[in-house]
Amino acid sequence: MATAEIFTAASVLPADLLQPAPSRTVLEGSVRRSRSYWEQVRVRLARNPRAVFALVIIAVLVLGALIGPLLWRVDPAGQAIGAISRGPMLAQSAQIIVDQAPWRVVVESTAAEPLPIVNAPSLNAPAKNNRELAAPQHLQVVEANTQRVRLRWSPVAGAVRYHIYRHTRVPRDRTDLGLPIGETLLLNQVSYQDGLMLRDRPYWYSVVATLDASESAQESREYATVAAQPTRAIGWLEAQLQGLVPVDADPESWRDKTVVLSGNPLGTDYLGRDLLARVLHGARTSLFIGISAPFLFVAFGVFYGATAGFLGGRVDSVMMRFADFVVALPMLLFMILLRIAFGIGPGESGVLPMVIALVVMSWPASARLVRGQVLQLREEGFVAAARLAGGGNLYIIVRHMLPNVLGVVLVSLTFAIPHAIFTEAFLSFIGMGVTPPTPSWGSMSSDGLRNLFEHPSELFWPALCISLTVFAFNMLGDALRDALDVNEDLAADAGNVP
Amino acid sequence: MWRNLESARYFVATITVVISLAAWVERTCAETAVDFDRQRITITLANEPPNLNSMETMDQTSGFVLAHVMEGLLQYDARGELAAGVAERWELRADGATFWLRRNARWSDGKPVTAHDFVFAWRRIVTPATASHYAGILFPIKNAQRISRGELPPTAMGVHATDDFRLDVEFERPCPYFLGLTAYFIYDPVREDFFNSRGPRYAAEAGDMIYNGAFTISRWVHGARMTLQKNPHYWNRAQVHLQQIDIPYFAIDPVSAYNLFKNENIALTILETEGLDDALARGYPMTRHRTGAMFYFEFNQRAGRATANRALRKAIQALLDPESMASRVVGVPGLLATESMFPHYLRGVQRTFREEYPPPVPVRSVPAARAWLAQAQIEMGAPLPTLILLTREDPRAAREAEYLQQLLQKGLGLQLRIERQNTKQRYAKMARGEFDIVLTGWGPDYDDPMTFGDVFASWNENNRGQYRNPAYDRWVEIANATADQAQRMHAFAQMQQLLIDDAPILPTYENSKVYVQHPRLQGVAHSVFGVDPDLRYARVLPERSLQNATR
Amino acid sequence: MIRYLLRRFVSSLVTIWFIATATFFAMHLVPGDPLSNEKAVAPEIRRNLELRYGLDKPVLQQYGIFIGNMLRGDFGISYTQQNRRVNDIIREHFPVSASLGVLALVIATFGSILFGAVSARYRDRWPDISIMLAVIIGISVPGFVIAALAQWAILALNLQLGFTLLPVAGWGSFAHMLVPALVLGLGTMAYMTRLMRSSMLDVAHADYLRTARAKGLKPARIFFRHHLRNALLPVVTVLGPAVAAITTGGFVVELIFAIPGLGRYFVQAVQQLDYTVIMGTTVFYGAFLVLMVLVVDVLYGVLDPRVSVARTGGR
Repeated sequence: MATAEIFTAASVLPADLLQPAPSRTVLEGSVRRSRSYWEQVRVRLARNPRAVFALVIIAVLVLGALIGPLLWRVDPAGQAIGAISRGPMLAQSAQIIVDQAPWRVVVESTAAEPLPIVNAPSLNAPAKNNRELAAPQHLQVVEANTQRVRLRWSPVAGAVRYHIYRHTRVPRDRTDLGLPIGETLLLNQVSYQDGLMLRDRPYWYSVVATLDASESAQESREYATVAAQPTRAIGWLEAQLQGLVPVDADPESWRDKTVVLSGNPLGTDYLGRDLLARVLHGARTSLFIGISAPFLFVAFGVFYGATAGFLGGRVDSVMMRFADFVVALPMLLFMILLRIAFGIGPGESGVLPMVIALVVMSWPASARLVRGQVLQLREEGFVAAARLAGGGNLYIIVRHMLPNVLGVVLVSLTFAIPHAIFTEAFLSFIGMGVTPPTPSWGSMSSDGLRNLFEHPSELFWPALCISLTVFAFNMLGDALRDALDVNEDLAADAGNVP
Repeated sequence: MWRNLESARYFVATITVVISLAAWVERTCAETAVDFDRQRITITLANEPPNLNSMETMDQTSGFVLAHVMEGLLQYDARGELAAGVAERWELRADGATFWLRRNARWSDGKPVTAHDFVFAWRRIVTPATASHYAGILFPIKNAQRISRGELPPTAMGVHATDDFRLDVEFERPCPYFLGLTAYFIYDPVREDFFNSRGPRYAAEAGDMIYNGAFTISRWVHGARMTLQKNPHYWNRAQVHLQQIDIPYFAIDPVSAYNLFKNENIALTILETEGLDDALARGYPMTRHRTGAMFYFEFNQRAGRATANRALRKAIQALLDPESMASRVVGVPGLLATESMFPHYLRGVQRTFREEYPPPVPVRSVPAARAWLAQAQIEMGAPLPTLILLTREDPRAAREAEYLQQLLQKGLGLQLRIERQNTKQRYAKMARGEFDIVLTGWGPDYDDPMTFGDVFASWNENNRGQYRNPAYDRWVEIANATADQAQRMHAFAQMQQLLIDDAPILPTYENSKVYVQHPRLQGVAHSVFGVDPDLRYARVLPERSLQNATR
Repeated sequence: MIRYLLRRFVSSLVTIWFIATATFFAMHLVPGDPLSNEKAVAPEIRRNLELRYGLDKPVLQQYGIFIGNMLRGDFGISYTQQNRRVNDIIREHFPVSASLGVLALVIATFGSILFGAVSARYRDRWPDISIMLAVIIGISVPGFVIAALAQWAILALNLQLGFTLLPVAGWGSFAHMLVPALVLGLGTMAYMTRLMRSSMLDVAHADYLRTARAKGLKPARIFFRHHLRNALLPVVTVLGPAVAAITTGGFVVELIFAIPGLGRYFVQAVQQLDYTVIMGTTVFYGAFLVLMVLVVDVLYGVLDPRVSVARTGGR
């Protein structure tokens, strides 16, 4: 309607008035205005304290990801199975335990009685011998360090096996012996070596005797308890693997020597890996996925949406129908499929398949957004004016469409980043994240979640990083939207009029 | 002014909502872990039993429920030992077995359990159209395998009801462990008339099933709740103390299950590494039991794989310490670090097999491992490729895989890629041999070392790495051919030795699990071959709640 | 309008067909099949299983059979629950997910309106600041972390009180739904609260409010009739995407709170490669999603006279 009127108006105007304006003035005007628009955006952003805050957070996170691993040069995959799930810790010395031969004390049997494993089914199986066994005597700690605690005791008459319990405090009574850590495996074995997640803290070991070796073996009511205080130690093999001892060293020359174990400012994870190093390296993975995937899918979406919107008609409707299809596909199934299709089989880190899968599954949203914008812009007066002023397709797209779409695209990009970071975390949670040992915040959080009660720090740090990132990008997105929104400015101006 | 009015309204509305909610809560949160007066306990299962049709099912959860509501010829008793079930006596021969059924064994509608019910179920399992996954477990019975191939009619199966209470079984080959098999759920009876009345919906709902075990399913809301009620017709009902087992949750997340336990909603649950310290600090009673399964890394020995080289396998063997794996990397109490494929609970001649034949311990040191690696490099010539480790997706598997990865990298400079795959994809890749090393395990099918020994025979489908050693095959044949236990155990000892010398697998540990259990729940039975936990003989003691036990 | 609806309906059918086809072939491309198992079975048993499930036929023929059955509304029998029909599984478990989703949506909507309004009303004072802090947490903490922490918090509360105020997990009553629904709706609620707050602040400058005040209307009437009502419009527009997000995104909550919803079955089916359940749930969810989009588009037209669905061709 409006264009038609212009045309009628033009037809009555003298022809000499319809000469194209000197190109220089047109260009200068548009360049100046466009620069001032972005300048205005920048000023508005800088003036918004929340935007500045968000940008600072983002800068810190990105710098942390880029520079952090260079400053804190600890291998994020370096394991220390002697220091699993520890809190923050300074460097400490530990004694080297050289000999690793199995250790067992077996007394000579006084009467060679066969093992009473009753498993031959019979109608009248002998009733279980309900003899009460005595408590083991002379229970003593032979050796106690964080590598192993060795116990031995005197045999109990009639006992076939012994069950060993471990507590972190003095047991109150028979029902409170603590963790059932194991049992003896041989008849007449009167010793036990414990290596289960030992720490340098006091333990109370209790031993009870049993009458048979079956799974439902009845334990004696009597028990013996002994306290042990393991000292810090590290095994020979472990010390060699961690590079604390040369591989070709003679074990004898290292007997009873001590080495210094490195400290962990944030503690360690379930394989004794340094949490700080993992959070820093995880930042690389998560931010890479979180930022590159949205860039790619928004870029593709812009291209796709702009094409559809600009071409319009049947092409547009077919293209958009296809976008609808993709939206409705089950994300989970296709993530698995894409992981396989993009060679996560003998996978690298699993980062690339995840980025590709995110791009493939997420582009339709921005495509739709951009198409809507383009459709709207096509009808705008200034596009018509530009066309009237002799602007070609390319000129219109570059000069008018893109700058106008760019704002919306930037905002949607900023909001897509938190979404991508959440998706990475969610996929890690259901076991479809990046391949180990590559750390990512998502996989670290989902690992840490299982350890919530005992070691909250394993969840806290990666989850904090995810939250900060998501929060910062959300705030930045808000600020950007405010800053880019010219209409809001106009509204505010209108509001100022008395 | 309006602000005050509105705040008051909001306030009143909030209070009303809270009160009405409290009323809901009062009514609905009555689930308690144990109830002495009603002899009722509440438990959780990881998921609802996928299929309670004993002839077709194959999973552990269904097996757990079936063990409580059905009973086979034999069963596991309160001590976890094999005992009389529907059969009151039996006779095991080299060519077959005869079972005399007790006359007081009844279905939940009061009709007697007869030998025909066993014949019907067993024939139906091997019928090709039934397509039962576990049909292979019936193959020791004469003609079963040929019926399954479609070569013979089901009536040709070597099982006959001589009369209502006598069942005769003919064997295809000697089967010294057959009695243990009859306690397995696939050998449970099914009544023909009832089954036909339900057709494909048999066992789909609580009412579509008929029971002959200690309990019946009185209520089953799919995905949400299942209630087991004591079976008044069960012949051994005097031994069953619990009146009701309530399963109002199917909590697949172990942390959720433990939270339910802490809230006194359920009477027992399994703890993984996580939760152990917490349970210890709270003083919850814990018990430890073997699951019977062996875990190991298996090497692919197909042509073209680097792991087909023995020196390379020996290099890895010289580095991987099962003790570290069991007590630190996995860190579950009671895991038994092992060098051998044969678990500790297997019986030998006089004592346990492992006491009679302790496995040799390979030399473990970095220099030894590097020496093997150097030899491997000379033998193979080309630089060693990156190895692919196929593994499960659960957290424990991730720990083990990441540990091995780091171990090989630091100790040998070998690169290992971890490929975590979902169940079915992993099975497919294992079967096709698309791996260099696979983290896997084996649980026993019957109570004899052979269930572990013949896995690595060259003809076994489960020999995923295709380890082929004529000497090993010969020892399997020797053990199969004789009934002399001394000779058989010697053969198994030779297999054990070969598995360590050739290193087709690197055993790490014999699995175990830790339960936290309500102190007032007593008499829970455990066994490697029977159901675990077995609640049929459990009872609730009076007084003393969990809180009192906690300091 | 009717012609428009008809056209949308036909194109929805095409979308559903596309989803079904893409999923079917994608599923068959994944290595392994529902019959493979940890322990290998004898070849004759394997053959019997393939015959029983029709997996011996070429994939194209299986596809034909599937489409034929789908047109009759029959998705077959589950591979893992061999005596349950997929239709039954959907019929029994979708209502669980749906009721949880509806409650989550109700909580999110009313919560966001309340908090958004309060927050705007007390701008930059403590109610605003504390609500905005909660919003930040709701937006920036991953859902599974919130779910786990919520369960932990319930447990701590119950242990402190000495009785079960709220159930830790499970299903069967309103109390069981409450916290899971809150957790499920939290992200949406946080997002909508922010939207509501800025919308309230925008409307605060509107001319009609000044007019209303000038007319001397009661403040309460101005607040509810003019201010709140007009601020609601942008919030209503995000309801559509929120419905889809909540209904399909409940898997984590269902897992942690042991809720027998369809989401849990779907993820299990994908992991077990249960062909029939995957197809059934995918087509069902796809159809549901398509229907929701359609309903929302039509509703826009009804709610906002400025939008005519028929003219713009449904965006």
